[in-house]
Amino acid sequence: MDFVFTSEHDELRQTIRKFVEDKSQEAAIRRQMSSERGYDPQVWASMAEQLGLLGLIIPEQHGGAGLGFVELGIAMEEMGRVLLCAPFFSTAVLATNALLLAANDAAQAELLPSIAAGKTIAALALNEPDRGWEVADLAMKAAADGNGWRLDGVKTFVIDGHSADVLLVVARTNEGVSLFQIRGEADGVRRELLPTLDLTRKLASITFDKARAQRIGRDGDLTKTIDKVVTLGIAALAAEQAGGAQRCLEMATEYAKTRLQFGRAIGSFQAIKHRCADMLVGAEFAKSAAYHAIFRAAENDDAELGAAAAMAKSYCSEAYFQAAADNIQVHGGMGFTWEHVAHLYFKRAKSSSLLFGDPLHHRAKLAQEIGI
Amino acid sequence: MSTYATMNEDELRQRVRKLIEAADPDKVDMFTFRGAQFDHGLAWVNFPVGYGGLGLNPKMQVTVADELRKNCKTVYDDLIINPIGIGMGAATVLTYGSDEMKKRLLRPCFTGEEVWCQLFSEPGAGSDVAGLATRAVRDGDDWLLNGQKVWTTLAHISKWGLLVARSNPDLPKHEGMSYFLLDMQAPGVDVRPLYQITGEAEFNEVFLQDVRIPHSRMLGKEGQGWQVALTTLMNERTALGGGSQQRGGGPINVLLQLWKNNRAKGESAAAESVMRDRLTKLYIDAELLRLTSQRARSAQRSGNPGPEGSVGKLAQAELYKKIWECGLDVMGPNSLVYEPGYELRRPASEDRRDRTLMAKYQFLRSRANSIEGGTSEVMRNILGERVLGLPGEPRTDKGIPWKDVPRGG
Ligand SMILES: Cc1cc2nc3c(=O)[nH]c(=O)nc-3n(C[C@H](O)[C@H](O)[C@H](O)COP(=O)(O)OP(=O)(O)OC[C@H]3O[C@@H](n4cnc5c(N)ncnc54)[C@H](O)[C@@H]3O)c2cc1C
Repeated sequence: MDFVFTSEHDELRQTIRKFVEDKSQEAAIRRQMSSERGYDPQVWASMAEQLGLLGLIIPEQHGGAGLGFVELGIAMEEMGRVLLCAPFFSTAVLATNALLLAANDAAQAELLPSIAAGKTIAALALNEPDRGWEVADLAMKAAADGNGWRLDGVKTFVIDGHSADVLLVVARTNEGVSLFQIRGEADGVRRELLPTLDLTRKLASITFDKARAQRIGRDGDLTKTIDKVVTLGIAALAAEQAGGAQRCLEMATEYAKTRLQFGRAIGSFQAIKHRCADMLVGAEFAKSAAYHAIFRAAENDDAELGAAAAMAKSYCSEAYFQAAADNIQVHGGMGFTWEHVAHLYFKRAKSSSLLFGDPLHHRAKLAQEIGI
Repeated sequence: MSTYATMNEDELRQRVRKLIEAADPDKVDMFTFRGAQFDHGLAWVNFPVGYGGLGLNPKMQVTVADELRKNCKTVYDDLIINPIGIGMGAATVLTYGSDEMKKRLLRPCFTGEEVWCQLFSEPGAGSDVAGLATRAVRDGDDWLLNGQKVWTTLAHISKWGLLVARSNPDLPKHEGMSYFLLDMQAPGVDVRPLYQITGEAEFNEVFLQDVRIPHSRMLGKEGQGWQVALTTLMNERTALGGGSQQRGGGPINVLLQLWKNNRAKGESAAAESVMRDRLTKLYIDAELLRLTSQRARSAQRSGNPGPEGSVGKLAQAELYKKIWECGLDVMGPNSLVYEPGYELRRPASEDRRDRTLMAKYQFLRSRANSIEGGTSEVMRNILGERVLGLPGEPRTDKGIPWKDVPRGG
């Protein structure tokens, strides 16, 4: 078997589902969507204290739960299913993996416990304007300055970058790519909240102007390491997408059973019934793709992970988008309104598809990995 | 109306130039110019003389548009000025209205002085619009209306509403309806905005409480409402399925320009060739939509369009969604940003000339294309059953009194 969920996994899923369904009801989503911060600090605190979610993959010695990527994937899937607005992907997935894989011991000891405790929001500042998604193509430079470093340049599409306490910045030194730490509010850092297509995930553009930063990257060129951080992020994001696709299927099906036209439930028309059936196939395939990726990530199976993540990101992106679009269509005029949640899933689906490389990008990578 | 008057293209062009001499759109205001266009019979050339037309074949309207474009900078778009009035209301009034109505209504409809809306859909009756529940009860010379309409585009700025209501609930659904022209300023009409995926409120809910409509504003006869409504709907589908008039024009043009400005931003040659293939496929579909609707127009007999209008409506809805989705992919990560923002508002009147913004906005707006004016599923049913003559689905809602058909809220 490529993957088996244990009963502990199932229990964890149930616990998370109960929590996020309660905390991410429609009114809460809409509140966070229109707030600048974009999440509820109380919910965030409960995620840390009550559920220990923020330190899922952080080792126990740093105050985490010491669990693995399967658990993280489950959390992402459940959060994606209800569009939970929280800096989980940025802090507990991207930044945490960056620290675990690329940072020195001192930085890990400083930041991980505080992340696990819900006290620090951290964002990974990676992407640069018009540079695509490959770490090797990034250009931002860090210059040595006394015993510290200076950062100059622009990072964009930084998830939760506007509200993060700590920014983990990927930049180049003479040795190659490395990782830097800087407070979000430090001098020389200008953060701009971007008007996003998807209001439920906040993105920022961040300009560094001779900003004093601390180098926390391990020695040497970290291109491959950061690549892996991104690949893990992609696997987690695919799980989130699978959760979203599943929810769109559920919404469409529920509506098709109850909405009457021509004296009968619209789900009795084959046009609608078959559409829902296709959504089911899409959601099931999406889960298989995402689970395959998160299990390979959990096993630290680098030989398989690249292909699995590329396959998951390309498939889950398209399946989620299709499910979100179909959900609108099944809801008719109602699905097109601001009032209904269908559009929130639609926008999340499209922007997740564009984040970290679109399906075309990942299929090109996959083709290379498998020698097509 | 069975044969068209004849006028050759040169004569028609000459007439357009005369119109421009009389009222140059670059010099006079919109109402004045369009009033003159109406009076010259150039509003809708297929309409009879005196009602804004010349009794010509409708395909000759293209000549009018072409000559106007050649000579004037200011070109008005009917579908922006008064989409419902011009796109479907006028033909309905022409077919079913009294002479008085035609005289009173058609000119300000064309000029845009009086905007129209369409009050068909209800919370419980969308695809199944013939299931509608708004009640019309005769009261002396008037009808008394009660009920709720929904998704009513432009109701908030409309003077007139095309409204279908149930005048006899004891008859089978298609037989118990009547069609009215509602004065939107009448007492008891309450219009409330409904916001959509873009944050804008193009459409509304309209509540009707003891609204009086004089019997003289009924279109067609009592109980003939469905037949009249079909005229409106088929005109709507034709209006929504015309594609672009010019080769490579309209949405596909915006998309291809976006591609030229954005191509190869960090993507591999392999990815680029896949994208080129996708764009080329969309180009082919856009061209074939244009050519097919051109062919349909010139084959159109006199009178109102028939169910074959659903070919263009279906194809255009599905194509435009794909084109605008591709637009976002072409812009790549920059599509994560949505510059127009989602502030809840009435649509801004400024058109989105900036291609980037237009593409992003249309990505969202186009999702309605396969819903408004009849869903794509309903179009396929019409094509299958009414055009191809395939057997219909078993119906449980026909032949019994409307009041006995199961209904949701
Ligand atoms: C932007 C916009 C503008 C609009 N403007 C107007 C307006 O100005 N005036 C007006 O009157 N209306 C307007 N409408 C309403 C529009 O006509 C309806 O939304 C449409 O007819 C669908 O009805 P519904 O929303 O009730 O969906 P439903 O009819 O409930 O449909 C839900 C789903 O069921 C499917 N379905 C229903 N019946 C069948 C069937 N027999 N076979 C297969 N599938 C079926 C539909 O295709 C859809 O996918 C507008 C809608 C939109 C989105």
